[in-house]
Amino acid sequence: MWRYALRRLGYAVPILIGVSIVVFALIKMAPGDAADLLIPPETPKEVAAQIRAKLGLDKPMHVQYAVWLGRMVRGDLGISIVTNEPVAASLLNALGNTLMLAVPAAVLGFALGTILGALAAFNHGTILDRVFSAAAITGVSLPHYWVGIVLVAIFAVTLNALPAQGMGPGGIPRTWEQVRHLILPVFTLSLIPMGVVSRLVRANVLEIIGQEFVGALRAKGLLDRRVLVHVMKNASPSVMALMGLQLGYLLGGSILVETVFNWPGSGGLMNLAIFRRDVPVLSATILTIAALFVLINIAVDVLQAAVDPRIRR
Amino acid sequence: MSPRLLTVRDLTKHFPLKGGLLGTSRGVVQAVDRVSFDVHEGETLGIVGESGCGKSTTARLLVRLIEPDSGEVTFDGATVGRRPSENAHTTIGLRELRRQVQMVFQDSYSSLNPRLSAAASIAYGPFVHGMARAAARERAHELLQAVGLDPGPFANRYPHELSGGQRQRINIARALALEPRLVLLDEAVSALDKSIGAQVLNLLADLKERFHLTYVFISHDLNVVRHISDRVMVMYLGKVVEIGDVETLYREPQHPYTRALLSAMPSMDPSRRTLEAPLSGDPPNPINPPSGCRFRTRCPIAGDVCAREEPALTAFDNAGHAVACHKVLLPSGSRRAA
Amino acid sequence: MATDTTIALAVPGLRAAPNEVGQAYWGNVRRRVYRDKVTVGVILILCAIVLMSIAAPLVTAHDPAQGSVFKRLKPPGFPGHWLGTDEVGRDLWTRMVYGGRLSLLCGVVPVFLALTIGGTLGVVAGFAGSIVNTVIMRSMDVLYAFPSILLAIAICGMLGAGLRNTILALTVTFIPPIVRISESVTTQVRGLDFVEAARASGGSALSVLRHHVVNNVLGPILVYATSLISVCIILSAGLSFLGLGVTPPNPEWGLMLNSLRSALWVNPVIAALPGVMIFVTSMCFNLMSDGLRQAMDVRL
Repeated sequence: MWRYALRRLGYAVPILIGVSIVVFALIKMAPGDAADLLIPPETPKEVAAQIRAKLGLDKPMHVQYAVWLGRMVRGDLGISIVTNEPVAASLLNALGNTLMLAVPAAVLGFALGTILGALAAFNHGTILDRVFSAAAITGVSLPHYWVGIVLVAIFAVTLNALPAQGMGPGGIPRTWEQVRHLILPVFTLSLIPMGVVSRLVRANVLEIIGQEFVGALRAKGLLDRRVLVHVMKNASPSVMALMGLQLGYLLGGSILVETVFNWPGSGGLMNLAIFRRDVPVLSATILTIAALFVLINIAVDVLQAAVDPRIRR
Repeated sequence: MSPRLLTVRDLTKHFPLKGGLLGTSRGVVQAVDRVSFDVHEGETLGIVGESGCGKSTTARLLVRLIEPDSGEVTFDGATVGRRPSENAHTTIGLRELRRQVQMVFQDSYSSLNPRLSAAASIAYGPFVHGMARAAARERAHELLQAVGLDPGPFANRYPHELSGGQRQRINIARALALEPRLVLLDEAVSALDKSIGAQVLNLLADLKERFHLTYVFISHDLNVVRHISDRVMVMYLGKVVEIGDVETLYREPQHPYTRALLSAMPSMDPSRRTLEAPLSGDPPNPINPPSGCRFRTRCPIAGDVCAREEPALTAFDNAGHAVACHKVLLPSGSRRAA
Repeated sequence: MATDTTIALAVPGLRAAPNEVGQAYWGNVRRRVYRDKVTVGVILILCAIVLMSIAAPLVTAHDPAQGSVFKRLKPPGFPGHWLGTDEVGRDLWTRMVYGGRLSLLCGVVPVFLALTIGGTLGVVAGFAGSIVNTVIMRSMDVLYAFPSILLAIAICGMLGAGLRNTILALTVTFIPPIVRISESVTTQVRGLDFVEAARASGGSALSVLRHHVVNNVLGPILVYATSLISVCIILSAGLSFLGLGVTPPNPEWGLMLNSLRSALWVNPVIAALPGVMIFVTSMCFNLMSDGLRQAMDVRL
């Protein structure tokens, strides 16, 4: 299994390089460059050229890329054009805040999704299953940011029960006040994985139930509960594969929910950076999240291989 | 004996097994190894053997759906490929070969494009070789007639609207569309119900006479092969072990593998009892075939020489019967080393 | 029959019920769709939405750009504005109908472009195999390394907002999954016997591709692409919501959702209204895609 893990990691290196190339290309394609903000428009051309040279902007593209990549890899994510603070620090902080949303959202989404999916599968053909299918299609068609707005409209505006935005006191949630701020955003965010997971679980469980060995188990007189355990064990590998994708998606896609709730996470950071055209912050954030996504997927692949021996070719 | 239409010499195909990230080779499946035989004009050569013995691969090598690693194939006196050999002074190109040699596949359903009507499927070959669309369609109708399907209703039917037997007839019609001289039938009736299969076999016999065809009939069903073939070739693990006239081979099989195969045929005749010992052991791995004679691990009469030396296909009598076995007594007196 | 089960069916649409006689594949599909009331209903709704947005001036009474300071954030039912007004005083119904133009455009065009480009790439990769396949698929892997929203945001964020960049970003986002599906389906079809038989008949690679492969892979790829439209609508509205997509003052549902957030405390219903359109349209495309998939993929 470790060889498999090593192989997957090895394979990830060219992907990460590719990712960095894409981000760098985007940086270069962005209108204007890093020097524009530093050089007042009246500066004579020679001085402007000098400043550019000092920043290394006159060197050939691949050299600039190498320099930039070198900095990124060492952890020097640049300095925000707007706040003049190192990006790395603010990004780390922001990521922490996003994780505060993403992790519970993932857990909630998976738990509820699995339960709903399994319920639907075991009650295949009944009204419950139909309701589930309808709900599933609805879920996939809902823009989750809109759901967030609706929830805010209901719970914050109309009922005044939960805060409409912000993180509140911040920090790891220990008080009810902190948790209050978490409820709506976490629930909103959890809708995405919930929908996908429940559909997958339902399909997998149905397929496994239909397989003969389950009939054999039932015929042997095994209680339904034990059969359930067997079935779920068989269904888990592909659900786990989905997990990585969804977790990464939550990390990268949290921007919409964070915008709705004004949550100071990585998404909020990106939003701000876009608004202020803070290229260093934006590019560093994108690079980091994409890299994390790749690593999470590898971790999930390895986990999956550890559980399902068929995968370890 | 009629002239040789097809000669095959030392045909070999090994499939590399790729594994690992960079596709490094992990071993080789010796699917077909130095196979040699002839097909005479107008005859039906049956090829039998268990699954994995290389029959289908051989067929695909003959139509060049797969490129052989080595070996030489001559069709009607011309070498297949770019360079002529010392035996044949002319060459025949791939496109021309595909006019002359056609194949009918086993799975009647998956060998037809589900999006094309029967007539369209049949007309594709002629169309690709330059015939105008309308003319190709005409030809398709003629062929449908020839295989026993009325073009009126059947020309525009789609594969999912046809029965297995009908589909196989269409496959045959398609194979005949280019007016080939040699038709390879790879398990052509194996997937059909027996009664339907019998009808198709009769059709094949009719067509052979009408269009002066030569058949190579591949099957694992020994009864069918006996019924339709003039000569039979037995393959095992990529090698030819015995070849000869059908009745002689069936009545007096020489190779221990042929004997085991034939004795394992179920029969309703109580007077035919199994006298030979059944095959023992597991079929060996085609990736690592046994050294020397590949059959020795399951052979009841294997000896030391069988592990050392690969037996060559040697003529057994003057009538074209040949066997590849060290232990078989040759009536000409030249006994192989025991 | 035993032979029918030899085809592994991850490729939908290669089998069909045996009792429909003399019908070509697409004819069959059409008939099955007609019989499916839900799909037909959904298609009608979509047509209505599309027609209304195209013929917007005929269905609306106001100018979508004309606002009035006196009539800001009026609730539904206000005389003259049956859905109310937005934060600048423009009629909401008008804005929603006109907004359909841009929203639908941003939802359908990128998928169409991605289908053309990605479909071609994927079929070529699947058919050619070996090096060509490796180059194409590994490049897609790099794009796949980004969570889809992130890629769209990255492109729009870096290159700037606006219609052109939005369509570009969304197209790039959807190309990798379409390439993946196309390649997978093409590889499967390429291994089927009838493709071999076509080659054995002397067909050149191009001829085999044209006559035998394309007509078999088109169905599944098309179905997959239509299922992406609903995602694209939500994604494009999301981009506009973030200020990355269509720029104000153009009417567009996502953009309206954002600008109406200020209405949340005053009139929550209005704030939520544009989202309803996004939801309904997306849902309709989803159901249509499902219906299409069922019509093309009849399992016994």
